[in-house]
Amino acid sequence: MFTAMLGEAWHAMGANRMRTFLTMLGMMIGVGAVVLMMAIGEGAQQSIKQSISSMGSNLFIVLSGPPNSAGARSATGNAQSLNVKDADAITELDNIAGVAPVTMGSAQVIYAGNNWNTSVIGTMPSYMEIRDWGIDEGYVFSNSDIRSATRVALIGKTVADNLLGEDVDPVGKTIRIKQSPFLVVGVLSPKGQSLDGRDQDDTIIVPLTTAQRKLFGNQIPGSVRMIMVQAASDKAMLQAEEDINNLLRQRHNIREGSDSDFSVRNLTAIANTAAEATRTMALLLGAIASISLLVGGIGIMNIMLVSVTERTREIGIRMAIGARERDILLQFLLEAFVISIVGCIIGIMIGVGGAALVKNFTGTDTVVTTQSITLAFAVAASVGIFFGFYPARKAARLNPIEALRYQ
Amino acid sequence: MTTTSVIEVRQLYKDYQTAAGAFPVLKDVNLVVKRGDYLAIMGPSGSGKSTFMNILGCLDKPSAGEYFLDGHAVAELDGNALAGLRNKTIGFVFQGFNLLARSSLLDNVALPLVYSGVDKQTRHEKAAQVLVKVGLGNYLNSRPSQISGGQQQRVAIARALVNSPSLILADEPTGNLDSKTSEEIMELFDSLNREGISIVLVTHETDIAEHASRQVRFLDGKIVQDSISQPAAAEAV
Repeated sequence: MFTAMLGEAWHAMGANRMRTFLTMLGMMIGVGAVVLMMAIGEGAQQSIKQSISSMGSNLFIVLSGPPNSAGARSATGNAQSLNVKDADAITELDNIAGVAPVTMGSAQVIYAGNNWNTSVIGTMPSYMEIRDWGIDEGYVFSNSDIRSATRVALIGKTVADNLLGEDVDPVGKTIRIKQSPFLVVGVLSPKGQSLDGRDQDDTIIVPLTTAQRKLFGNQIPGSVRMIMVQAASDKAMLQAEEDINNLLRQRHNIREGSDSDFSVRNLTAIANTAAEATRTMALLLGAIASISLLVGGIGIMNIMLVSVTERTREIGIRMAIGARERDILLQFLLEAFVISIVGCIIGIMIGVGGAALVKNFTGTDTVVTTQSITLAFAVAASVGIFFGFYPARKAARLNPIEALRYQ
Repeated sequence: MTTTSVIEVRQLYKDYQTAAGAFPVLKDVNLVVKRGDYLAIMGPSGSGKSTFMNILGCLDKPSAGEYFLDGHAVAELDGNALAGLRNKTIGFVFQGFNLLARSSLLDNVALPLVYSGVDKQTRHEKAAQVLVKVGLGNYLNSRPSQISGGQQQRVAIARALVNSPSLILADEPTGNLDSKTSEEIMELFDSLNREGISIVLVTHETDIAEHASRQVRFLDGKIVQDSISQPAAAEAV
């Protein structure tokens, strides 16, 4: 009996193809929008997650400044209140897994006839561990390179490709940074985009001392732009932040109540905020798309109501020859259900296709998950039943005598 | 109530609620139709015969009184049980044929079996059998719009017969047909009655009513005349 009714539902849909198609269209657009929006949201979330894991975990950066000379503040990081000794002192604290003082700047780099402008980071080998950054070829310079301020460099993938060309093995080549010759000892593993969209592979890492003495001559010897600190664990971060603040205020002789000449930033917290924002955006996209699903459902209800009115006589005939209320109810419910399920399947195809198009043409990451498809399917099916129920009940409650008399 | 009567109606009343109050349509109607009876109900418009037919067909309920159909006390039954009676015990034939335009003749005739829960193969076999019986064996897959009015009424009769009912209720079955086709349809009813099926038909044409073995005349909601005439069918035998 159920299969007979399913066949009838299919039959009824075929009787008015254009109208059935238009009704389905609402469902298709709704489901397509939900699948597409969820794919965009999921894509954004995954690329954020990747950026966060490329940053390293449980990170702080301690920046020098803001300097407060006669009340006029300049940009954070401009002053040089931090130095290598501060970094050494932080290393002695509890709950600290690693510390890397960093100085940086941009520089023109030359190899053979090519030149390239990139950022140069001067730091210690510990930086590589803190950032969880490996190398593809060669080796990382050692602490003895720091002591003797050797002219060695680790170069990022982007620099290698643009400066030396993709066919050249960079290890062992000599490049010129700000006219000084540097031996390339390693190529950094690609890290991709950072949270703020910078290309993290467009960089050169050199020993801290080399950068300080030979590239960015410091006014104050030993000063650094920032100190990167990794806490021992997620739980230790709050304590570590407080300890670093106290230690540096003490070292810099800052009186209670006055502003610090440095600032500590919890990068992991910032990253989590970004991830949270992305999640909210994904949710919002899904919610907005769901509204179109709702509108599609109302469209189904609308058409089903028209259909019930049009087929009043047919309902009367069916009742006269023995259809029970629940038979009529089931018939119209099934029709609404089939319309929404077929619309849903086409909508899923539209959504998956749309996601692929968006990825192709805009480069935005889109990820269609089975979860989103299952969700769209479940919602569409319940929308079909929910909005099909009222018209179906109206049909089932018709008075057979009046229905038979209906012209 | 005896098992020999297919319909037994006692002191039946039906009122319609209007803005002006209750309007009586049927007043103290009493009728017994025996198994194998062939009954014609006549009467002018508004005499209550259609309302009476609706009550007999379990499509409407009386305001007061008793109605036994095939031994079932109809007044006590719920909607599902009434639907079951309409499905299995009664076969309806309407003036306007009332076939489903989109479905084939076979599917139209098989429809009551869908609601009895019969499987597809049996449905089609039975439907084909009755269509052959009413002389439409060559039109199983045609649509109602492709055949004549007389043939459509034959399909409707086949649909009424498919569940082997004990009673056929025909409401002006020849009202939309010309006199020659009407005669053919009535001959079909006559032969069904000879097979033992009870038939109650509503008509306002005397020559149609004369096919029945018994005529009942309604006026103002009451049976005013109940005569057993010489059955035309018996003459033919």
